[in-house]
Amino acid sequence: MRGEPQGRKWSRRAVVLLPCVWLVVFFLTPFVIVLKISLSQTALAQPPYSPVFDLSAGWAGFLDFARQLSLESFRLLFTDLIYLLSYLKSLQVAAISTLILVLVGYPFAYGIARAPRGWQPLLVMAVVLPFWTSFLIRVYAWINILQRDGLLNDVLMRLHIVDVPLIWLSSDTAIYIGIVYSYLPFMVLPLYAALEKMDESLLEAAADLGCPRWKTFWLVVVPLSLSGAAAGALLCFIPIVGEFVIPDLLGGSETLMIGQTLWTEFFANRDWPVASAIAITLLALLLVPMLFYERLQQRSLEGGR
Amino acid sequence: MADGGQAAQEPVSIEKPPLVRFEAVTKRFGSVVAVETLSLDIKHGEFFALLGPSGCGKTTLLRTLAGFEAPTQGRILLDGEDIVPVQPHRRPVNMMFQSYALFPHLSVEGNIGFGLRQENVARAEIADRIAEMLVLVRLQGFGGRRIDQLSGGQRQRVALARALIKRPRVLLLDEPLAALDKKLRAETQFELMELQRKLGTTFVIVTHDQEEAMIIADRIAVMDRGRLMQVAAPAEIYERPNSRWVAGFIGETTMIEGRLGSDSNIESVLGRMRVAGSSNARSGDKVWLALRPEKISMTAERPNEGLNAVAGTVSEIGYRGDMSVYKILLSDRSVMKVALTNVSARGETPFSLHDLVWLSWPPEAGVVLTE
Repeated sequence: MRGEPQGRKWSRRAVVLLPCVWLVVFFLTPFVIVLKISLSQTALAQPPYSPVFDLSAGWAGFLDFARQLSLESFRLLFTDLIYLLSYLKSLQVAAISTLILVLVGYPFAYGIARAPRGWQPLLVMAVVLPFWTSFLIRVYAWINILQRDGLLNDVLMRLHIVDVPLIWLSSDTAIYIGIVYSYLPFMVLPLYAALEKMDESLLEAAADLGCPRWKTFWLVVVPLSLSGAAAGALLCFIPIVGEFVIPDLLGGSETLMIGQTLWTEFFANRDWPVASAIAITLLALLLVPMLFYERLQQRSLEGGR
Repeated sequence: MADGGQAAQEPVSIEKPPLVRFEAVTKRFGSVVAVETLSLDIKHGEFFALLGPSGCGKTTLLRTLAGFEAPTQGRILLDGEDIVPVQPHRRPVNMMFQSYALFPHLSVEGNIGFGLRQENVARAEIADRIAEMLVLVRLQGFGGRRIDQLSGGQRQRVALARALIKRPRVLLLDEPLAALDKKLRAETQFELMELQRKLGTTFVIVTHDQEEAMIIADRIAVMDRGRLMQVAAPAEIYERPNSRWVAGFIGETTMIEGRLGSDSNIESVLGRMRVAGSSNARSGDKVWLALRPEKISMTAERPNEGLNAVAGTVSEIGYRGDMSVYKILLSDRSVMKVALTNVSARGETPFSLHDLVWLSWPPEAGVVLTE
């Protein structure tokens, strides 16, 4: 009998402990390692940077190690224009894609939320269905569709919309198509969740008080789905900034997003410290919208009470 | 069945045409008939209640008036004009929803002023009228609150103010008090009546609570399965129900089955009952005598000759505080309910279980029903 509350206390601690351990092992530790590398310098060695932390050297070794750390890689990020341009390009692509995603995702979500109850799970399923195929295969499929003699040009020419095949692939347009296609579920699902829980009688109340349908949409539906739109926007924006596969496969050589720059530094130039510095700076940059998202979620939790 | 109601409202409808007139309105949802060729008049300035069990079509009828449902057949006239083709947002009626349907993203003021902001009303006037409404529903100082910061009773009053601010021709109330606890509901009933008298606006309330309808309304339409059973003032419906169904739905009733004799007598298994008052039954017809529990006297001795009397034994006593309800087992194994006010302050009831008692009532106490 006495052991029971004790046991419950322990299980409660374990519940809190588990995510903490998870975060330390899979987030904090790698982050510290990357941070350490970003403060190192490149070296023709294995691993390709110095200094290397040596536990056997003891306290003196640690001080020696700390003295050799430098902010050189970070300084480089702010002096060479290519990094700044990559960051800006990534933010631009993410911002524009997110805007398109909101505009495309809203009618999807609204349509599903207004569909008959029985149909809704099926429609939600249809939105999620592409996830059952590998992401990489889906992006490769777009190469097939967008290439010079691909499906898109084929259809456009058969419909006599164009006479000569257009160039889609290796352009910003292709990147936007790929991103909007890939991230659409992340926009539709939170929007749908927000629209679905909206009380139908609110729309009737608005009509009762003299609001025509289109005005009800702007005065009631849109404001009440803003939290869903914000959640969807952040779910899309944050990973799109760091997106590598889509711009690499569908984009042109003139478009460099920060993910590609990072890849080049890491694999082509074998400059691990600069690659790490890019990653750290990206993280700092994304922390702003992430914190904003957290705040938003907290507020909607309090509001729901 | 609607004839009884029609007859009751005839003297008044000659004076002034009705504000709302349902003309043979039918509403079907697929194969389900929610409202069946229903005709009804609602007068200017009256507090009208649509009463019935759930699923009787009362809410559907209210929603056809608001414009959220179009009748399958029939016309709805407002001041003589057919409003069926008019969109909900253009109808001069406002509704208070059962769920209140307050906009969670707007403040109390934002909610109350919503209707006026859809019209070309000057800002200053909107502000004035919101302030006026806040006073009316006693929510001064709450204008800036968010909806989720309000109690249930306060939300109810915001919903009421929001529906009233446009000064509708008819205010529709869909179970407006259902979400409140019993005590608050009782208070709010009187507040609603006072408000209606002050404003003179026609109120149409939907409720399943017969007590609420009796307290609040000037006239009640009792509905069952999409049809009107009776339309009359509360006292008329209680004292002179037109059918066994209405008598059973409103309040407690004991029915005694029998045949109408030649001279205002009912021959039943319990003996001959004298009845008074008019009835369209002819002698020899099968009839029911409906008796309210509080109309019956209970005595230990046999009552005098002028009264109808039956003997029985007390089989159950339900103590309610202000009164006790006795179930009396009669000679034919049927049970009659009698209500006695508890006058004694000692908490004792004048009769106890298994007592032999006499039940009696004057000829005019009961109602003779033919259906």
